[in-house]
Amino acid sequence: MTAVLAPGTTRTTSKQALGVHFSGLGRSFGAAGSRRAVLRDVSVEVEPGEILAILGTSGCGKSTLLRAAAGLDVPDSGEVLIDGTPVSGIDERCAVAFQEPRLLPWHTLQANVAIGLPKSSSASAGKAKVLELLKLVGLDAFAKHRPREVSGGMAQRTSLARALARNPGVLLLDEPFGALDALTRIRMQDLLLDIHSAQPTTVLLVTHDVDEALQLADRILVLGRDDDGHDDGREGSTITELVTVPGARPRDRNSADLGALRSSLLSLLGVTGH
Amino acid sequence: MSSEVGQRAVPISRAELAAIGSPVTAEDAVGQGDVPAGFGRGARSTTGRRIGIILLGLIVPALLLLGWHLSTASGFFKPSQLPSPTSVLAAAVDLVDRGQLATHILISTQRVVLGFLIGSVLGVVAGAVLGLSRVADILLTPTVGALRAVPSLAWVPLLVLWIGINEDSKVTLITIGAFFPVFTTLYLGLRHVDRNLVEAARAFGVNGLRLLTTVQLPAVVPALFSGLRLALAQSWLFLVAAELIASSMGLGFLLVDSQQNGRVDRILLAIILLAIIGKTTDALLGIAERWAVRRWA
Repeated sequence: MTAVLAPGTTRTTSKQALGVHFSGLGRSFGAAGSRRAVLRDVSVEVEPGEILAILGTSGCGKSTLLRAAAGLDVPDSGEVLIDGTPVSGIDERCAVAFQEPRLLPWHTLQANVAIGLPKSSSASAGKAKVLELLKLVGLDAFAKHRPREVSGGMAQRTSLARALARNPGVLLLDEPFGALDALTRIRMQDLLLDIHSAQPTTVLLVTHDVDEALQLADRILVLGRDDDGHDDGREGSTITELVTVPGARPRDRNSADLGALRSSLLSLLGVTGH
Repeated sequence: MSSEVGQRAVPISRAELAAIGSPVTAEDAVGQGDVPAGFGRGARSTTGRRIGIILLGLIVPALLLLGWHLSTASGFFKPSQLPSPTSVLAAAVDLVDRGQLATHILISTQRVVLGFLIGSVLGVVAGAVLGLSRVADILLTPTVGALRAVPSLAWVPLLVLWIGINEDSKVTLITIGAFFPVFTTLYLGLRHVDRNLVEAARAFGVNGLRLLTTVQLPAVVPALFSGLRLALAQSWLFLVAAELIASSMGLGFLLVDSQQNGRVDRILLAIILLAIIGKTTDALLGIAERWAVRRWA
């Protein structure tokens, strides 16, 4: 992988990483009268260039948090600030990779990646950028293939390349490796770290995989119900834990520090005895 | 769109099979195992298979023809009830000699093609506007639904009064017949475009006209073609209706005229011609559909 990441090929084009500030974010869903709060009082400051993993059980509002940052969803209360300015509507500074690749089946991989290019980019510069990104994710030989002609892992890498084409200040990843087999997932995680060291953008990574969070993140944010014994009548998830992961990447999966952290994170997610 | 996962399953499993026997190269480090090996294999034999399928499809018509011949040759049916295949062929030759058959066929085909084209274009425009604009949908869908509920032949008296008995009224009736299938399939297709794809495109700043041309229209191409094929079948239906009611040329006219003169052979000839021409035009559209589905789906 390092071979395709020749220094200078991608670094020159990368925009500055931007900080993200969630401030008192709350969101409810449902019709009036039967609204259910999903998120409440989520406040966190994400440093520029940081990889923040957002952990939580399914349905706890992880994706909702990410969608608020992307401008795909409007919170009921609070706001998201990127580089100090609030997000309103689809934000040019962010790029999203979803859990599914969501590629246009009638386009080639190359054309799909080109969708991610910022509006301002010229045709020739855009094409060069797309080919460079396809090379970065190891798909330059498949530029002219259609999504249905490649595997799920390749489609997901295309989706990642499309997000990177945006030159994002903030990269939003919504369980992008969740649907992949174990081996492909590890390769994708390595690829993400390679990309991050080449283009040090801020990354918000939603995941339900504790080990993935431990491998990739600088800090791990756990979303969950904040009911330590006493019921205060408030529903919806909020931040129950925010920890800094010890050690530099790549981390030894078997280290004792990580093992202890893994156990405590798993018990926060309701899984005990591991 | 919803079968996305299912479509992908095949290349993966093929690739995994192929990966077992192949050494892993450096470039493959990330993508190893997901090379779509064997994709497109067997393309050469499809032409042969298609011809075989067409020939198999001709078995039943050939048997029908044989049965028809035997039932008339054996005297089971009287010629006034069911004329023999050879006498139908003779009626065709007779009409060709008089220079009438080509006129009937050409004028009918022209009416169908014109009505189908105009109706389809109007159907695409109306379907796109109502399928994409919430305001237009709320304002117009009840009205269009009510108009669609009118059996299209009910328009005939009005068309004859307003336009008169001429080409325009016939083409208009066919236009009405072709409009609704195209409108309905496109309208519903646009409502059901994969929300995930639309959202992904929006997340990358694609909206408005660009969203329509890059995501929404391509996504409905397969649905649009089923609508067009339905519309073509409707066009032939309405052609015969229009020509039965008031005309001096065309295959529908040949039907009424032959009925009044007791020429069962010419009636059968007209029916067979309608079947053959209708099937041919549908097959041509089917070829276009296959191309479009390969290109867009």
